[in-house]
Amino acid sequence: MNPELGQVALILALLLSGLQCVLPIIGAWHGSRPLMATARSLAIGQFVFVALAFGILMWSFWINDFSVAYVAQNSNLSLPWFYKLSAVWGAHEGSLLLWMLILNLWTVALVVLGGKLPEAFFSRVIGVLGFVAFGFLLYMITTSNPFLRLFPVPPNGADLNPVLQDPGLVFHPPTLYMGYVGFSVAFAFAIASLLGGELKSTWVRWARPWTNIAWGFLTLGIVAGSAWAYYELGWGGWWFWDPVENASFMPWLIGAALIHAQAITDKRDGLRAWTLLLSIFGFAFSLLGTFLVRSGLLTSVHAFAFAPARGLFILVYLAVVVGGSLLLYALRAPKVTGGKSFALASRETLMVIGNLMLTVACAMVLLGTLYPLVGEALNIGRISVGPPYFGPLFLLLMTPLVLALPFGPLSRWGKADLKVWRNALIRIVALAVVAGIIAFIVGAHGWYQLLGVTAATWVMAGVALFAIKRWREAPRGKRYPFEMLGMMLAHFGIGVFIAGAILTRSMSVEQDVSMRPGASVDVGAYDFHFNGVTETQGPNYRAQQGTVVITRNGKQIVTLHPQKRTYSGGQVQTEAAIEAGVFRDLYVSLGDAIGDGAWSLRVYDKPFVRWIWGGGVFMMLGGFVVVLDKRFRLKRAVEPETVRVKPVPESPRKLAEGEA
Amino acid sequence: MNPVRKRRLIITLLILGAVAVAAGLSVFALQKNMTYLYSPTEVDADKAPEGHPFRLGGIVKEGSVHRVPGTLTTDFVITDRFQSIPVTYTGILPDLFRVGQSTITTGSMKDGKFIAKQVLAKHDATYMPPQVAQAIAKAKEEHRIPPNAGHGGSQ
Repeated sequence: MNPELGQVALILALLLSGLQCVLPIIGAWHGSRPLMATARSLAIGQFVFVALAFGILMWSFWINDFSVAYVAQNSNLSLPWFYKLSAVWGAHEGSLLLWMLILNLWTVALVVLGGKLPEAFFSRVIGVLGFVAFGFLLYMITTSNPFLRLFPVPPNGADLNPVLQDPGLVFHPPTLYMGYVGFSVAFAFAIASLLGGELKSTWVRWARPWTNIAWGFLTLGIVAGSAWAYYELGWGGWWFWDPVENASFMPWLIGAALIHAQAITDKRDGLRAWTLLLSIFGFAFSLLGTFLVRSGLLTSVHAFAFAPARGLFILVYLAVVVGGSLLLYALRAPKVTGGKSFALASRETLMVIGNLMLTVACAMVLLGTLYPLVGEALNIGRISVGPPYFGPLFLLLMTPLVLALPFGPLSRWGKADLKVWRNALIRIVALAVVAGIIAFIVGAHGWYQLLGVTAATWVMAGVALFAIKRWREAPRGKRYPFEMLGMMLAHFGIGVFIAGAILTRSMSVEQDVSMRPGASVDVGAYDFHFNGVTETQGPNYRAQQGTVVITRNGKQIVTLHPQKRTYSGGQVQTEAAIEAGVFRDLYVSLGDAIGDGAWSLRVYDKPFVRWIWGGGVFMMLGGFVVVLDKRFRLKRAVEPETVRVKPVPESPRKLAEGEA
Repeated sequence: MNPVRKRRLIITLLILGAVAVAAGLSVFALQKNMTYLYSPTEVDADKAPEGHPFRLGGIVKEGSVHRVPGTLTTDFVITDRFQSIPVTYTGILPDLFRVGQSTITTGSMKDGKFIAKQVLAKHDATYMPPQVAQAIAKAKEEHRIPPNAGHGGSQ
């Protein structure tokens, strides 16, 4: 198929998105049904064209069409087929196309599932999504066209960046983007409410599943990225506070806050203004994330070639979206906000504390991430802010959240019973202390290890107490609705994550050693025996492959083969060899030949490292499970047709009359 | 004061308090944990703090990489094509560490030598971190050399 066809498809999609942004919103404003009815067809039409463009790009990769510059830069004849296909989103242009495709998937899902929403509101939502799509399509077509041709056509491609030749790449960007883009739905709901000058708690209820799914995907994306960095970057870390990691972490924090704020607005009709604001910021941080990754302004693992035009466009787009949304918020929020109040000691208050901590943590991460840019702009010097800033501050900010977490689900809405809190506190403290003592007897003697065990138990005990409470108090069959089950899973995941993060940090044994073939080194309780290095050949690389036999108390556990690969393009890539286990990972990565037949090797014993990602997987499941709740099934009867768009003050009086 | 106002006041004060504490702590932590990036020219001009960790950015000079046989220690020289600073690093070098390639090292000066704790060279062959490119551009400016002359430059 012809790549120019893809180009045409993108331009058509741009035109449709422009219409999708304008027509339904005008329709909703004037109460014109024919105009509102265009929302569906325009959204689906746009999806068809973007999907076509995506398919054509994928096809170009499949048939090795190196006349397309993007394919020539990111593929190679000897690249395995699955990496050929995932190379579509391996660099800037294609990943933007993926972003667009996912935005269209979300919009089409909304069109299919949201048909029971009030028509005017639905039209505005689709219109706002059309605006988002318009900005991104314009960006692609003007600065980042994936279908540019290359003359003369090279006989072979430059190959995909070897760091990206990994199963992790197949999952990491799409899941991350599902999360990023998913927040656009909550955003569109918020803007549509502000445009219409009306917010019903039922609308927030309809937005909730979308936020939960988006957050679940974002969690999965971050987990995949973290695991990928762990085995692919070759030094066994799982989080570096790298600007690009921060870029995905900020919307995650806001998303976690938004999930809870939406629950309060849905169930108690409170915190409306806050929910709207978080909806705007959740998506703003998703855009900022895209901007940070793609502009190349920050020194990072992901920062590739610097293109000022690209950065400028996203900056302007970001300013329009965020500035416009906040302006709208300032003008309209007083009209739509309000809601029920609650006592100081209540579930709401605990959730607000959690929300505060999450948003402040996000602000802290933002400050640290952007500070180098500010420093450069003010000519203070070229600064970098690293883990010593982020780590302790994050720990500090999360401490109140973790302490309050078990009590939230146990307390009542509106006004909590202090006696319940006291009883729960006694039990949780008792359980945490018992766990600490058991850990001490088993052999955890460092205070940091004990902290990890007690903190994790603290959170998990809260989940357990809640499960028992529901079992006792609720009738059979109504004990654990999906909404609660999701909450329990996610909170349990936090406990698992805390255990993993703290125990890995305090118990890991990490050594960089130089070894000759036949030498051994002790790491923790394990003996690593180095048997030398041989040459092997892969599909598009040759590799030096080490052999390391690991024994414990004379019993052989595993033989690992770490590799140092040289790809056809000349790039070198270390492939760590990992013996993964529930309770510990054994990690070997091969360094360089350092003379006299010796090699440098990195040998790690990393206990509980899998729990970090395990916790993330529980959180993701929590996000997904909530969506199954009966609460979120749309009922047509909820919104009778008599509820019309309230005329907004700015609109001409005649129209308002015509509408009534 | 009616209860609604009282509640609002408490919440507002709580938020303001949290923001103030967070801002104070953040600025404090930022001040303590920032590391500055200097080019060899700036280090040579004694602009880098003595005994305090900083980041040294530049190009790994051709022919300067020497391993101490049988150990993990590597000596090399980082240059911005005007001044050069000898660097010593003990540990495993990243995959993309190569002669003629731009790199950023973190560490501190000791007896005229830069003792690196971390070496970063994470990018593809044609890419130069913007910070290094700027440092080199700045060094050129100070030497009154037109920006296109010499080696390096941003992609």
